[in-house]
Amino acid sequence: MSVTIQIPSALRAFTERKSEIAVEAKTVGEAITALTNLYPDIRPHLFEEEGKLRSFINVYVAGKNVRNAGGVEAAIPDGETLTLVPAIAGGAPLGVRL
Amino acid sequence: MSLIPENRLAELSGDDVKRYSRHLILPEVGWEGQQRLKAAKVLIVGTGGLGAPLALYLAAAGVGTLGLVDFDTVEASNLQRQIIHSTRDIDRPKVASARDRIRGINPDIKVITHNTRLSSANALEILRNYDVVADGTDNFPTRYLVNDACVLLGIPTVYGSIYQFEGQASVFYAKKGPCYRCLYPAPPPPGLVPSCGEGGVLGVLPGIIGCIQANEVIKLIVDADEHEGRSLIGRLLLFDAWQLKFRELALDKEPACPICGEQPTIHDLVDYEEFCGLKREEAEVPVKAISARDLKARLDAGDRIQLIDVREPHERAIFQFEGAKAIPFGQLIRRKEEFNPEIDAVFICKIGQRSIYAIRALRDAGYTGRMFNLKDGSNAWARDVDPSLPQY
Repeated sequence: MSVTIQIPSALRAFTERKSEIAVEAKTVGEAITALTNLYPDIRPHLFEEEGKLRSFINVYVAGKNVRNAGGVEAAIPDGETLTLVPAIAGGAPLGVRL
Repeated sequence: MSLIPENRLAELSGDDVKRYSRHLILPEVGWEGQQRLKAAKVLIVGTGGLGAPLALYLAAAGVGTLGLVDFDTVEASNLQRQIIHSTRDIDRPKVASARDRIRGINPDIKVITHNTRLSSANALEILRNYDVVADGTDNFPTRYLVNDACVLLGIPTVYGSIYQFEGQASVFYAKKGPCYRCLYPAPPPPGLVPSCGEGGVLGVLPGIIGCIQANEVIKLIVDADEHEGRSLIGRLLLFDAWQLKFRELALDKEPACPICGEQPTIHDLVDYEEFCGLKREEAEVPVKAISARDLKARLDAGDRIQLIDVREPHERAIFQFEGAKAIPFGQLIRRKEEFNPEIDAVFICKIGQRSIYAIRALRDAGYTGRMFNLKDGSNAWARDVDPSLPQY
């Protein structure tokens, strides 16, 4: 089943600047694994070392956050879009604070 | 209950009626809405890309008191997007430059400048005097600080955030919906996400997001939710300027949120640099640095050095670092076998920040060779060694 993953600006450095990637997957976990297989450099940005999704990335399917709705097990309907929503701060180099 | 209660409504003068007539004839704003705007006190944290349109539009709209917090001075590279500052303001404190511009637009506005870093020591003291806080900060520690202070004080935060082509906006108001911690319980570790200073930002983007924030500030003050309007409470707006796409995502209040959830564990401000991993970073083994002039001297002396340029391809198009091997930041770990640990390696980026993270990441990945950071990056090389090359 085809799923479109929307890649935010902050992660496009790892996907050859592509903003959308189509993968075959039935669940959130399968979709993100397929993405990391295509672009291995993105993996540490999505998963912690123990394989848990990072807490500063939210995963939305059909406009809903999956964090409390199945997480990586959540099903993705065919043709649906998965949106990665990372925390972004903008501005100055990290460590320089207002 | 309205943010500005009945007993605070401000009198409107004859001049006010002329100036704000386009608001007064909108039934949803009207006389009372303008009275609320005049009585309102709004704090804008940061007078940069987001703070600029926020301050300009809120001043024009007649928000009676505007507080501005920033410790920074205006630099030439700010002017591409921070439209409240002018060329002649370079090197002036941003709050002073912004105050002058606000007075030009609307001399009736009371402007309170806080030319300081917002910190755990002063945030509650400053924020408690305001009805709404607009968050135009540029870093994670201050975002969590503003969020927590607003939750503890019961004030809404109008949130905006930008990176490259993408912006986010929402209204965090713990009394009525989620807070920033409900959305992001923890920040990214330093170094994982490059900053706008290194990653860049489209100049118009903060203008658009800042205007959306200004719109939400005004709606909170005139109580739009009571007049058939809908605030961004419980909604996250995503904007992609390059695809020109707006998306809206639902934001739920997190019952386990440590500050606004059912059993809060945070009752006071904390150390936000520690929370964001910046203290850990200070405690790490320092990264050795080499200046551009020293590097040039070593290269001229014929030292064997591996130069590794971790910049992205489009940055290398601005200038090629002669003799350097190009490995973008994101590919370093995977390609670490391409380095020779017997030979000193010098890592190069734009300003000497990503290169530090590159060295730390390689060290963590088990690389044993000697590594140096080119201090202040390719910009220092252009400044001190080869002025024919551009600083960008």
